[in-house]
Amino acid sequence: MDTTAPGPGTKAGRLPSGTDVAVRIRGLRKVYGGVAAVDGLDLDIARGETFALLGPNGAGKSTTVEILEGYRLRTDGEVQVLGVDPARGDLDWKARLGIVLQSATESGVHTVREQLAHFAGFYPDPRDVDEVIAAVGLEAKARTRVSRLSGGQRRRVDVALGIIGRPELLFLDEPTTGFDPEARREFWKLIRSMKAEGTTILLTTHYLDEAAQLGDRAGVILGGRLVDVGRVDELGGAEARVPIVRWREPDGTPREVRTERPAELVASVVAEHGGEPDALEVIRPSLEDIYLRLVHAAGADAHDDEEALA
Amino acid sequence: MSGTTTTPTTDGRSPAHAEARGIRSPRTHGGLGRPGLLRLGTSRIGYETKGYFRSPDAVFFTFLFPLIMLGIFTAAFSASGDIVPGPGMEGISVGAYYLPGMLAAGMLLSGVQNLAVDIATEKSDGTLKRLGGTPLSPVSYFLGKIGQVFVTAVLQAGLLLLVAGTLLGIALPTTSEAWLTFAWVFVLGVATSALCGIALSAVPRSGKSATAVVIPIVLVLQFISGVYLQFSQLPEWMQNIASIFPLKWMAQGMRAVFLPEDFETLEQHGAWDLGWVAVALLAWLVIGLVVSRLTFRWIRRDA
Repeated sequence: MDTTAPGPGTKAGRLPSGTDVAVRIRGLRKVYGGVAAVDGLDLDIARGETFALLGPNGAGKSTTVEILEGYRLRTDGEVQVLGVDPARGDLDWKARLGIVLQSATESGVHTVREQLAHFAGFYPDPRDVDEVIAAVGLEAKARTRVSRLSGGQRRRVDVALGIIGRPELLFLDEPTTGFDPEARREFWKLIRSMKAEGTTILLTTHYLDEAAQLGDRAGVILGGRLVDVGRVDELGGAEARVPIVRWREPDGTPREVRTERPAELVASVVAEHGGEPDALEVIRPSLEDIYLRLVHAAGADAHDDEEALA
Repeated sequence: MSGTTTTPTTDGRSPAHAEARGIRSPRTHGGLGRPGLLRLGTSRIGYETKGYFRSPDAVFFTFLFPLIMLGIFTAAFSASGDIVPGPGMEGISVGAYYLPGMLAAGMLLSGVQNLAVDIATEKSDGTLKRLGGTPLSPVSYFLGKIGQVFVTAVLQAGLLLLVAGTLLGIALPTTSEAWLTFAWVFVLGVATSALCGIALSAVPRSGKSATAVVIPIVLVLQFISGVYLQFSQLPEWMQNIASIFPLKWMAQGMRAVFLPEDFETLEQHGAWDLGWVAVALLAWLVIGLVVSRLTFRWIRRDA
């Protein structure tokens, strides 16, 4: 097992001391009008790691990320991003970050190329503008004004602006919302190439397959707390991954059994019925299934709190 | 491009095409220092000016508007004869009389209306939040905004003077003294106007409400400060209210440059009072600067 990853089911996201971390969070709290949006969050993100932060709307994801980006001030706790407290992050610190926010609706009177060339000028060691345009697949639109792009194309400009400064740490907030499936796959390719260069990435997403594709580790945040953190293939613990076998008895009763040996079970069911069982399914829980189970297990209480907050 | 390995013909037919679009290894551009505040400010001026001229609303309502108004006034009132400072004195055409007011209006629109609406919009559409996440200093951002105002205000004044001097046949001053006065009133007025615009941008709660907040203020000021109405014919209480605000002083400074000496008697105290023009504009410059400094945030941090 990967020694840097905490065991399955661990609720604290701390890495062993001595790990080279890009992000370190201890006891983070953020209170709005008496309600805690983030309530005692501990998390480490190692350098070079891609961490996927999952959770329903209003669970505290965006608040946490915006505190890390320096946009919001925390109520309590300790936060270090690239060794700096984000509340005191200066311009040199910002030059090491790349931030892709949720939808911006700028008027977009500049062309894709103008916009990227201009932003590249803010950074000490930017990427080549044309390479970035090619990487996000906008060569054909380089001379088009941003306002005349489609939603998905604008999103690619957002991503391009986030990576133009060659960041050490990249924040991606719902990066592929509005992408068609092919564009998402192209985007994943781009993120993998960033990863290969050693960029640390903090990804928040609603697409669980995206988290599974890109994330080294993932954390599920609910009611302002991390309810689970682990390697993407270990999230939810081993028992959450036990395959499920479903079928219908000849009398119509639905059956569902969780077993590590589904083939054996199916064989015994076949033997018992002397034939093909009705509506047979063997399901290996996907990250999405595990995530939904976690969210439901965490109870309606936490969820209701969040609704009230939102 | 590098051209070391691939030729253009391989492009697009190879299944690895998409891979080739990935980001290549880091390339270092000399030193690693961040670009300086002034260099970025200069780069912002170009970027902002380009953006301004690509925004039809801004160009029409803040750049061309004074020119259009001058044209309308000249055409509408050309038949009603010259404006004279007093009985039996030599008058000037309506166009000539309104030129200084329109120059002052241009300064106000280019600064206050343009920036107040522009920055309030940028605050609500996510532009400022994005910039706040980059190593761009607010100082460079404001150098860009103020620089854009200067560039477009100079072009606007140049256009007004060109049209006035040629198409409308208005006689322009010939003494270097008058142009020197023009220069300092213009520079001080535009700077004041830009800073007041930045300060005012903190008031609208959203980009959509920005024009609803800003335009009435700007419009009322133009009516009471001697832009559309002859200042000397306004009641004294209205003149006194206008004197609190900077536009009246910009218009007065411009009248001192462009109107014949005889018109001086029509001023509130029978004099151009250029000293007070400087004092009032400087005071508003400081107010604008202080309010801007106190209210500006990339985002409302804990809204």
